Amino acid sequence: MGRWRNSTAKIDAAGIYYRELNAKLRGVVSNGTKKIELHNIHGQRYIGTDLDKPVELEIFGTPGNDLGAFMNGPRIIVHGNAQDGCGNTMDSGEIIIHGHAGDIVGLSARGGKIFVRDDVGYRAGIHMKEYQDKKPVLVIGGTAQDFLGEYMAGGILILLGLNLAEGEHHKSRFIGTGMHGGVIYLRGNVENYQLGKEVGVTDLDEEERHILKQYVDEFAEHFNYQPDEILDQEFLELYPRWLRPYGRLYAY
Amino acid sequence: MKTYLTPKFLVQRDPERCIQCQVCVNQCTFDTHYYDVEDDEVRSHDENCIGCLRCVLFCPTRALTIRQNHLDYRDNYNWRPEVIEDIVKQAETGGVLLTGMGNDKGQRIYWDHLVLNASQVTNPSIDPLREPMELTTYLGRKPDRIELDSESSTLKTELAPQVSLEVPVMFAAMSYGAVSLNVHESLARAATEMGTLWNTGEGGLHSKLYKYGNNTIVQVASGRFGVHAEYLDVARVIEIKIGQGAKPGIGGHLPGEKVSSEVSLTRMIPQGTDALSPAPQHDIYSIEDLAQLIYALKEATNYSKPISVKIAAVHNSAAIASGMVRAGADIIVLDGLRGSTGAAPKIIRDNVGIPIEMALASVDSRLRQEGIRNQASVVVSGGIRNSGDVAKAIALGADAVYIGTAALIALGCHVCQQCHTGKCAWGICTTDLRLTKRVNPDIGARRLTNLLRGWSIELKDILGGLGVNALESLRGNRLHLRGVGLTDTELDILGVRMAGS
Repeated sequence: MGRWRNSTAKIDAAGIYYRELNAKLRGVVSNGTKKIELHNIHGQRYIGTDLDKPVELEIFGTPGNDLGAFMNGPRIIVHGNAQDGCGNTMDSGEIIIHGHAGDIVGLSARGGKIFVRDDVGYRAGIHMKEYQDKKPVLVIGGTAQDFLGEYMAGGILILLGLNLAEGEHHKSRFIGTGMHGGVIYLRGNVENYQLGKEVGVTDLDEEERHILKQYVDEFAEHFNYQPDEILDQEFLELYPRWLRPYGRLYAY
Repeated sequence: MKTYLTPKFLVQRDPERCIQCQVCVNQCTFDTHYYDVEDDEVRSHDENCIGCLRCVLFCPTRALTIRQNHLDYRDNYNWRPEVIEDIVKQAETGGVLLTGMGNDKGQRIYWDHLVLNASQVTNPSIDPLREPMELTTYLGRKPDRIELDSESSTLKTELAPQVSLEVPVMFAAMSYGAVSLNVHESLARAATEMGTLWNTGEGGLHSKLYKYGNNTIVQVASGRFGVHAEYLDVARVIEIKIGQGAKPGIGGHLPGEKVSSEVSLTRMIPQGTDALSPAPQHDIYSIEDLAQLIYALKEATNYSKPISVKIAAVHNSAAIASGMVRAGADIIVLDGLRGSTGAAPKIIRDNVGIPIEMALASVDSRLRQEGIRNQASVVVSGGIRNSGDVAKAIALGADAVYIGTAALIALGCHVCQQCHTGKCAWGICTTDLRLTKRVNPDIGARRLTNLLRGWSIELKDILGGLGVNALESLRGNRLHLRGVGLTDTELDILGVRMAGS
C-alpha cells in the first residue's frame, strides 16, 4: 500500500492489474483517505468506479477504458490522456483530463462534470441526460469526432475548438443526431451539413451566456487559460428542434 | 379520410339481461360502451372494441358477448384479412405498424412437437407426493473443477456468486412504465415468496421495492434509465440487455405520455419526455466491448453478484453465446421469436429472430462442444406457456426460464395485444393511475404464487414419472425427449431422436 501523509495516499500502479488496483482503492477510500495519487497508471480500467465517496484521485499516466464508469462522487484529475468510455453512465463527481479523451466520453451520464483539455473521439456526450438537480456538463477544449451529442437528452455540452486554426472548421459530422434534450454550446465554425436534422441553431441569450461563462471559467482555471479570450469569440447554441423527434412514426 | 377498416369485434348486448348499470362503460378504456342520456340506455361503438373482454367479465348480469367480426373477403390464402387490414391502416396513417405482446403467427412451435419420457417396468417412477423431489437451481458461473481440503472436507475452490432458485421459473423483464408499479410489486412479492427472481426491465426500480432486492434482477440497457449506485447495489443479479425476442436489433421508445411523475422517478428523466433506448448500447460494438461492460458492472458491485446478458435469439446465437460466456457473462439469456413486448413494430416482431427451442438447443450444444457450458447458466424465454414447456426447455439444456406473458395472464391479461396503447383495461400495461389500481398487489402476488406453485407440483410430477428425483437429472438430458412430426434436420438441430426410435 502507498505512503501516507495528511490523509493523502500514494499508489504506484506499475504492473498492477486493474482488479487488484481497484480493490486497493476501495480499501484506501474506506479508511477515510480524501486524496489519492496514482502513479505509473498504464491502461488500468474502471478507475473511480464503486468508490462512492467525494475522494480526489490524481492520476499520472494513461488510465484505461471506462474511467469513472458509473461513478458516484469522486473527483478525478488525469495528467495524461483518457481512453474510451470516460464517465460512462456517471451519476456525480468530476473528471478533469489534461490531455485527450477517446470515444463516447460521458455516455449516458446523468450528472457530474467532465473537462477535457484537448480533443475527444467519436460520439462524445452521447445520450447524456438530466434529472431534477442532476445535470451533466461536458466541456471539450479542442474539437470532436463525428456524432458529438448524439441522442442527447439533457445536460450541457461545450465544444471550445481552442486548437483550431484561424478559420478552420470543426470536423465532426452528424452533430446532435437524434438530440431531444439538453444543449450544445459550440465555439468556432460548423456548416449546416455537419448538424443532425434534429438540431436547431441560435444565439445565446443573456442567461445562457452566464451559464457558459461559469463553465468556461472552470475550464480555464483547470487548464490555465484566460477565460475572456475564450469567451471573446462567438458561440452558437445548438438545441433540439423537437423534444419528441420520433413521435410521429407509428400507426396505432 | 374515411376509414376502410371495419370493426374487428361486435358487441352483443342482451336487452333482457342488461340493467343499464354502466359497469361496462366504466370498465372499458377504449370508449366502446357509452350511456345515451336521452334514451336512458347503454349502447356500444363496435369499432372501438379491441377484444380485451374486460366488460364481459365484469358485467354483473352477463349481458355482454363479444364476437369477432370477420369480414367475408373472397377466400385468398395470400391476401388474408390481417394482411389487407394492415395495408389499409398504413394507407390511412403512413406509419410503422405498432403492436404489443409476442408474435402471434403460425411459425412452428417446437414445444408442441416434443414429448417427454416416463418410466415403465424397467425402472420405477417416483411419487413426488411421498418422496423428496428437488427443483433447486443455482444460477451463476460454475468452476471448471473443484478442490477440497481433505482434512476439513471443506471447499478450497472459490466459487463465483451463485443465486439459488427454488423453482426454475423467473419473471421476465417488464419495465416500470410499460407495466404499472402494482404489477412490479405483485411480481416482486410473488418472486420473494416463491424463492425465485423477478426482473425490473430497463425502466429502473421504484424505491418502494428495494426491500425485495434479494429477489430482483435489475437491467442495464442501452438507455441506461434509472441506473445508479443504489439500483445496482440492491439487486441480486444485474442483467445487460442487448436485445429482446420481440424486437431483435432495434431500440425502444417509451412515449412521453407514459412518463408520469412516478415513472420519471425511476427512469430518472423529466416527466413527459420520451425515453429513447438506442438500438445498440453505444459502448458495445464487439464481444470485447461486452466484456468491458460486464466487468464495469462487476467492478461497480465489487464482484458480489452474477452478471447476466440477454440477447434475442438470432441466426448465429450459438457463436454469439460462446463469445458472451468468454466475455465473462455468468448467466446468458436467450429470448426467442415469440418473446413478448410492451410495444414493437409488428413487422419486426413477426419476422425477425428464430424459435427459442432451436436457439436453446444450438447454444447448449455449442457451449458443451467448446467445454464452457459450466461457465454460464442458460436461461430461455419467449412464449413459455406451461410447466410442460419448462420441463422440455430444461431437458434441451436450459437452467431456468423466464415467463412474461404467462405471468401477466395470471394477473388478468387477456392477450388483446394493445399493450402499446397504454390503455390496458386490465390495468397491467399502463401507467394511468385510474387503471393501475385494477391490479391489487395483494391479489396479484397471490395469483402469481398460485401459478408458480401449480407449475412446481407439475414439474415434480414430470420428474417423478421420469424416475428421477432432481431437476438436475433432467437438465440437458435430451434422451428424455422425443420428436413428433419433425424433419431429420429439425431433430438434428434439437439433438433429439424421433418418437419410436
